[in-house]
Amino acid sequence: MAPATASAITLTVNGEKHTLTVDHRTTLLDALRERLELTGTKKGCDQGQCGACTVLVGGRRVVSCLQLAVAVGDEDVTTIEGVANGEHLHPVQQAFLDLDGFQCGYCTPGQICSALAVLEEHAAGWPSAATEDVRPEAGPPALTPEEIRERMSGNLCRCGAYVSIVQAVAHAAEQTGGRTAEEPQKETKEPAA
Amino acid sequence: MKEFTYERARDVGGAVALLDADPQARCLAGGTNLVDLMKAGVERPGQLVDVRALPLDRIEPTDDGGLRVGATVTNSDLAAHPQIRRHYPALAQAVLEGASGQLRNMATVGGNLLQRTRCAYFTDTALPCNKRSPGSGCPARTGEHHNHAILGASEHCVAVHPSDMGVALAAFDAVVTYETAEGAAELPLADFYLPVGETPHLETALPPGALITSVTLPPAPVAARSRYRKVRERASYAFAIGSAAAALDVSEGVVREVRLAFGAVASRPWRARVAERVLTGQPASGAAFAQAVDAELAAAEALPLNAYKVPLMRNLVLALLTELAEEAAR
Amino acid sequence: MTTTAKPPAVGVAHSRVEGRDKVTGAARYASEHHFEQLAHGWFVLSTVARGRVRAVDDEAVRAMPGVVAVLHHGNAPHVATDYVSFLGPPDPTCAVFQNDRVPHAGWPVALVVAETPEQAREAAEALVVEYDEEAHDIAFRADRPDAYVPDQGSPVAAKGDLDAELAASAVVLDATYSTPEQHHSAMEPHAATARWDGGRLEVFDSNQGSMWVADELAKMFSLDPASVRVRSEHIGGAFGSKGMRPHQAAAVMAATALDRPVRVALTRRQTFAITGYRSPTTQRVRLGADHDGRLRAFGHEVLNLTSTLRPFVETSAALGRVLYDAEAHHTAHRIVELDVPTPTWMRAPGEAPGSFAVETALDELAERLGMDPIALRARNEPAVGPLSGLPFSSRDLLGCFTEGARRFGWADRDPRPRTRREGRWLLGTGTAAATYPSGAAPSTASVTAEPDGGFTVRISAADVGTGARTALTLVAAEVLGVDPAGVTVRIGDSDFGPAWVAGGSMGTRSWAWAVTSAAEDLRDQLALRGQDVPPEGLTARVDTARLLAELAKKERHSFGAQFAEVAVDVHTGEVRVRRMLGVFAAGRIVNPLTARSQLVGGMTWGISMALHEEAVRDPASGRHIGADLAGYHVAANADVPLVEADWIDDPVPGDPLGIKGVGELGIVGAAAAITNAVWHATGVRHRDLPLRPDRVLRAEEAGQGA
Repeated sequence: MAPATASAITLTVNGEKHTLTVDHRTTLLDALRERLELTGTKKGCDQGQCGACTVLVGGRRVVSCLQLAVAVGDEDVTTIEGVANGEHLHPVQQAFLDLDGFQCGYCTPGQICSALAVLEEHAAGWPSAATEDVRPEAGPPALTPEEIRERMSGNLCRCGAYVSIVQAVAHAAEQTGGRTAEEPQKETKEPAA
Repeated sequence: MKEFTYERARDVGGAVALLDADPQARCLAGGTNLVDLMKAGVERPGQLVDVRALPLDRIEPTDDGGLRVGATVTNSDLAAHPQIRRHYPALAQAVLEGASGQLRNMATVGGNLLQRTRCAYFTDTALPCNKRSPGSGCPARTGEHHNHAILGASEHCVAVHPSDMGVALAAFDAVVTYETAEGAAELPLADFYLPVGETPHLETALPPGALITSVTLPPAPVAARSRYRKVRERASYAFAIGSAAAALDVSEGVVREVRLAFGAVASRPWRARVAERVLTGQPASGAAFAQAVDAELAAAEALPLNAYKVPLMRNLVLALLTELAEEAAR
Repeated sequence: MTTTAKPPAVGVAHSRVEGRDKVTGAARYASEHHFEQLAHGWFVLSTVARGRVRAVDDEAVRAMPGVVAVLHHGNAPHVATDYVSFLGPPDPTCAVFQNDRVPHAGWPVALVVAETPEQAREAAEALVVEYDEEAHDIAFRADRPDAYVPDQGSPVAAKGDLDAELAASAVVLDATYSTPEQHHSAMEPHAATARWDGGRLEVFDSNQGSMWVADELAKMFSLDPASVRVRSEHIGGAFGSKGMRPHQAAAVMAATALDRPVRVALTRRQTFAITGYRSPTTQRVRLGADHDGRLRAFGHEVLNLTSTLRPFVETSAALGRVLYDAEAHHTAHRIVELDVPTPTWMRAPGEAPGSFAVETALDELAERLGMDPIALRARNEPAVGPLSGLPFSSRDLLGCFTEGARRFGWADRDPRPRTRREGRWLLGTGTAAATYPSGAAPSTASVTAEPDGGFTVRISAADVGTGARTALTLVAAEVLGVDPAGVTVRIGDSDFGPAWVAGGSMGTRSWAWAVTSAAEDLRDQLALRGQDVPPEGLTARVDTARLLAELAKKERHSFGAQFAEVAVDVHTGEVRVRRMLGVFAAGRIVNPLTARSQLVGGMTWGISMALHEEAVRDPASGRHIGADLAGYHVAANADVPLVEADWIDDPVPGDPLGIKGVGELGIVGAAAAITNAVWHATGVRHRDLPLRPDRVLRAEEAGQGA
């Protein structure tokens, strides 16, 4: 018998179990898009260089293009399709919509999944490369625009919506109780009607 | 990407047995480099041995006051760990300066050390590359090499090691523990990477089939005052074009101990032992810092497009040591 | 005439009408339509830069698991290439597999089709293609003896004696600037799914003009235009790269040969090779001025490269014909043919690289004159088109500078370079002008009054992220006097008839014209019928060709003033933009929310262009080295500070619409504002983009610093 190059796996995506047989070469990204028709997760580079395919695995953000489906194991996967509560948008989604945190929309699901994780990581006290003093004695950093920019830098946006993305994440952080700090410059954006 | 079999190892012995039995097998941990290289056709393993379920994901104190970091600890967990941040802040900073939040959640400590160069000739299978295809040549020397090595390279390869984490580990005398069918063994990071020479495709001193199980940080009080600085071509989410980890112990204006390692200048994280030797016992002054870093960089051999790395490293290290000295004086 | 008391829709910020679909993942892009029996095509691209394909050894690959076809020049059907499409002669790159010639590295030589993407990728990798390689030439240099003046567009425009005026000038600047090869890098790679459905060819594609692609496919495959339908509902960015490309043709070929749906999705690396790019430029600018700053001479000569397949002109010298007048005014383009892929339009084609050279040169001239750079521009403000003599439809460049200077705090600036320091950073500020044509092209549209009281707009427009769908919703609602929620805009479908593409900053203006006209027509019809809507609905359809022909001939452009503050660490070469402000005069703003995003997006491209973007070709192989998003850097979030865009009133008398485009304007001048700020910070003038740390450091080491 030839050694198996495909395996039967069970993926738990947005709380729903899916049993399928995958070619070992299949990434989580392709399993979601091609097999489960969950096309909200986007393929921007397929090389871990853009972040468009960001999903949460076991509650942590990962790039699903470099995650083999067979290796996901029994960890829960959350994709953009599982972020809203029914018809009720998550505050991060609502902030992206209201503050125009996107243009073409292709990087957006990855940005939103990443932003969800950024809020969690920040709440857990994780430092970032923008954190002046990483020692625990320095205390957790405030979620300044600089911190948001650094933490969101794994998600490229070619339309150039970063300014609105940072505002949307800051706004959502306020909504969800995160600590934020105001940008010193004057704000010009008017909210959508 | 060719077809492959997949095994999820349950214990270290099982993983080692699988790796030992199949020379075509490769360890899969975070997959952030391996899966990418498989898609590019650079890596073509026949079997993947998934080691992420192994019980190697802990950070524990050692008896002598150091820390043992399991090989499958993710970059994120390493950088967030209070003891790492307290006792080896440059290591936490180095990890945080690497890749992105998503990649750091996947990538592991063991995988980080084993990652391959990002030299664009290495990752383009249509082109010659001595590292990927021994004997085919190195077009980087006469081609695009603005982010290639200035130290320790050879005419056969001028690629750099892309790790940030490794630079801090090198500065702190980390020791790699691995397991083979023969049992456990250790390799100081200083001996972990092989010289480039005529065999750039042979990168580490690990025996075939070895599984990295942990990386140990010996106690190093000097590391508590340490810092990592990285220069790259965008403000985040980019590989270094030059970086340095430094730790400095100054008392009464004299350098008692210094640790210094460079990134993005060589085929490995580059421990700057010459500079350390020159500086130890000297006054903590700009002149002494400059003398030390110049002594290290005296061995630099630059190509036309990467000659800037010499002043870059000099300036970077000078600024870093000055900052640390000012902090110490405060 | 509006007979309603409804509040205005146009000019009021409105979030994107498809926004909810985009933030929930419901919006489907080109490669996200699933069909029974879908097969996956994977391109094999040439590894050599010039030569001929000697053999494609497809036998072994055909036997690989899942492989259903291997298309190449030895077996592909013949297609037409001698047609003239919607936008002129076709790009020869798109008619794949027609001969054995390899004109550049990354040329499509085969398509492997398999049951799954994994099988297709492995088989494509395994396909052995043998080449007869020929020596290639990819050396782009200013002194190429084989450069020539192209016979398209307006390659040369001139008045006066440039040499004489330069000789008579009190202050002269003669400098050469360069910009590198740049790539669009839209986040969504190109993808097309083709299938035959009831005798019609249907293609789900990602493009800037579904009508354009449908027209090309019909002509290329000699099909009845009515039997071709191209749909492109959501597009993950385009920036000029998403027109007719090789993947649509390959998908149609394979779907036809196999009689089953076939998707061809490009990998990120493949997008760098076959979807176009912005040519590198080398630009000589000569300026001569009197002591008071009045320009006597304005010269701008530009060289760009093209492929051996097709001439392409990066019209970088065009903006000088609008911005500044001089006694002698010479602008000229030349091109050189090399063994490289064919360049194409990329966000603000011409104006983006051209403004870097001209607006840096103006700053250099101001420095030599000891004059404020804004005052220098004010001194040379033309009353009419400097070369055309035509009046401007509206022009308020100086209003942009005045408002921008006030908000940016320009008056407090110490003009001397290298005077501000903060820790390891040297600080500086810079400014530059922006302009872009505001053209319009004929389009058709229909507006239907539905029996349920709603309205449906149909137009073959494309929303590539511009907010066009939302803008057209507001335009229709305004004319119809209804709430925008009552209007459904359907776009991205070639069945809706001919319309202009999302390009040249002409989309919203051209489409809004058609929608306005159709909605007015419908409103009038409804008034005549006493607002009675028949059960089948009531539709008004228009073609704006005649309306556009009636438009008076004028210089029609948008304008803007860019301001940037940078921090430079000259010891490491790092440059960070600290803040940017752009103030624009861009006609009537339809949707302030999305227009601002467009302008800020363009300015963000300016940061990326100034500091990051550069494609490098390996001289030995002719290949693009590092053709991925780790090798080709675009700005990441951390590179982009608070970038603000705003506008001043810009009425356009006599223009029935008053709308101008904002898609390209934001990038124009943005890179120059940043590099001018770098000069102010460091005293070092940079004339070659991008300002990578190695270049900044090298310039400092060379002692160019003050």
